[in-house]
Amino acid sequence: MAEVSKGIAEKWGLVVDQDRCTGCNACVVACSMENNVPFTGEDNVAFGRGTYWIYNKRMWEGNYPEVAPAFQPVMCQQCGSAPCEPVCPTFAAVHSEEEQINLQIYNRCIGTRYCANNCPYHARQFNFEDPNIPEPMNSYLNPDVTVRRRGVMEKCTFCVQRIVAGRQTASAEDRSLRDGEVMPACVAACPSGALVFGDLSDPNSRVSQMAQNERQYKLMDELGTRPKVTYLKGGGRNGG
Amino acid sequence: MAAETKLFGKLKTTEQEHEDPKEQLMFDPRPREELNRMVMEMMTTTTRKFWLWAIGLGAGVAVLLFGAWGYMISTGMWVTGLRRPIYWGVFIVTFVFWIGISHAGTFVSAILRVFKSEFRRPFTRAAELMTTFGLAAGALYPLIHLGRVWVFYFMVPYPNARWLWPNFRSPLVWDLLAITTYLLSSTIYLYLPLVPDLAMARDRTTGLRHTAYKILALGWRGTEAEWFRLKKAIQIFAFAIIPVMFSVHTIVSWDFAVSQVAGWHSTIFGPYFIIGAILSGVSAVVTILYVLRSTLKHMDYFLRPEHFDALGKLILVFSMSWAYFFFNDYLLGWYGGEAAVRQILTLHASGPAAWVWYTMLICNIVIPWLTLWNRKIRRTPWLMFIITLLINVGMYLERYTIIPLTLGHQRTPFDWGVYTPQPVEISIVLGTFCLFTFLYLIMSRLIPLVPVWEVQEGQVAHTLRKVGKAEVPSVTELD
Repeated sequence: MAEVSKGIAEKWGLVVDQDRCTGCNACVVACSMENNVPFTGEDNVAFGRGTYWIYNKRMWEGNYPEVAPAFQPVMCQQCGSAPCEPVCPTFAAVHSEEEQINLQIYNRCIGTRYCANNCPYHARQFNFEDPNIPEPMNSYLNPDVTVRRRGVMEKCTFCVQRIVAGRQTASAEDRSLRDGEVMPACVAACPSGALVFGDLSDPNSRVSQMAQNERQYKLMDELGTRPKVTYLKGGGRNGG
Repeated sequence: MAAETKLFGKLKTTEQEHEDPKEQLMFDPRPREELNRMVMEMMTTTTRKFWLWAIGLGAGVAVLLFGAWGYMISTGMWVTGLRRPIYWGVFIVTFVFWIGISHAGTFVSAILRVFKSEFRRPFTRAAELMTTFGLAAGALYPLIHLGRVWVFYFMVPYPNARWLWPNFRSPLVWDLLAITTYLLSSTIYLYLPLVPDLAMARDRTTGLRHTAYKILALGWRGTEAEWFRLKKAIQIFAFAIIPVMFSVHTIVSWDFAVSQVAGWHSTIFGPYFIIGAILSGVSAVVTILYVLRSTLKHMDYFLRPEHFDALGKLILVFSMSWAYFFFNDYLLGWYGGEAAVRQILTLHASGPAAWVWYTMLICNIVIPWLTLWNRKIRRTPWLMFIITLLINVGMYLERYTIIPLTLGHQRTPFDWGVYTPQPVEISIVLGTFCLFTFLYLIMSRLIPLVPVWEVQEGQVAHTLRKVGKAEVPSVTELD
């Protein structure tokens, strides 16, 4: 179920400007709050079971003593030809025809975890435990997003609930979606403007323009996954 | 008869002159009724030790397998050692291990039948039974490893209210279909040659056993027409099941090969997995034959050093073939030069878990190559028991290398991880070993483990044929 076009020709995409990223992790926090991403606790995070739909890879550039931190926020790349989709035995990992993104249907997932093995970006997360949300913490949950039970996979959806809400608002006002009207939580939270979201099918949108930048590259493009997230990275350091 | 005696004389003058032909089962015939009695006694003798083992293994199945599995279902997958990025651990390793073992059981029986290797006669059923129970143990794992096992039927294609079919592009669905096919066909292949023996048992038992055998023997009387049809059916199945075995284990390898995981995405995985399955399966046959020979009454008449000798030669050949495919897999991965693959191969040999890789090579290559060329070693059952056990340790480690160790070191070093099996996982794995042994133990007292009619046929109807320097018994003319 790779890319298909049927009627609506939206093609949502994201640009990550690594030269602007300060590594503040605001995107990670915003994403967790927006999408009810479970907090698994210190021990689980240390063990390698922390759940994040977006996480910031902190790396170092250069040789000592000339080192500088480099950040690479990684989320689901919403591949046009996604390795996770064909391997799922139950169609829980599917391509949405309207938004052209890759979605996970939680109540169809039986937890084979094959998709997670096959994702080269390690963007998929497994729920090893039921979420533990004591009163009154449950009031922070976003009613637009399912709370996942244990045994299912989950991952970034480009905040599909926001895309749908934006489209409905526009349709109620009898107009088309404006560029920049829909923003996933991570983009809305980014203080340095390192994340830009929009419709790639519109050549004049900001995201389309930025994706043409000479600094652009895609993560593991050579695997033929056709990711819809574009990274920008110049030669300089520390945002230079 | 005169011609045969003359050929006998010739046999003594060839390279095997020190060997008494009576050492071979084919040349040491006993009356038909005597053989039947021996097999019946084998089946009905139960010692105190047998019951102790049966109770112990039964408890092992209940506690180690179903107890631990139930605990895992009720609390969640966090009791395993799985963590990002290693989402498949010893469950899938043991799954591939059991499926491999089970594939070779029927394969070795079928291929020896097709090539009319007469030494196969006393142990085909033991090998086929290994297939059935190996599948029983292995087929549990696709369920065990699920995050939500209670909805496993989402994988099964059946008309449903959700209007959903499984995704037929997923190798896991291929797996499900392939394993079901193999389970059905290998069970039929086990059952067909069993019919005359069940009829034999029916005529020599009373009470409940008699009734059960009567139903299972399908009213077998042993007429010419019945024999004709049975042999035809066995012949068809023996030929048909070989390609089935090849395709099914190729499909198991496709679980890995069709993915884009570095180190899995290899075109040679199909044949590599098949040869690995045969190596581990034939070794497991020898391991089991040794246990049967030393525990079952009269089994030392049916299973002789010649059988260990012949299977030992096969194992040596398969060990060499396995080494060839292994070499190819690594050489071309290295030559291809993909950075991630090279990194993985380097880490297999020099990383923190390198001992797994070296133990695999020692068990799968060094030990068989150093020992199995020797006729004396091949003809010493207890030595063969140890060697074949070690080969299966090596084959288990091979799957361990392929699955968690490869998953832990993918393309982005930031996401590397280490996997350690946890007590619940180890318990479930041991539990399936108990399950296999338990089922085999119980079955050894329920059905004749030696296909006694085949042994009789071989003993009565063989002639001698020259194959190379050696002369071997052959019953080709009978077919």
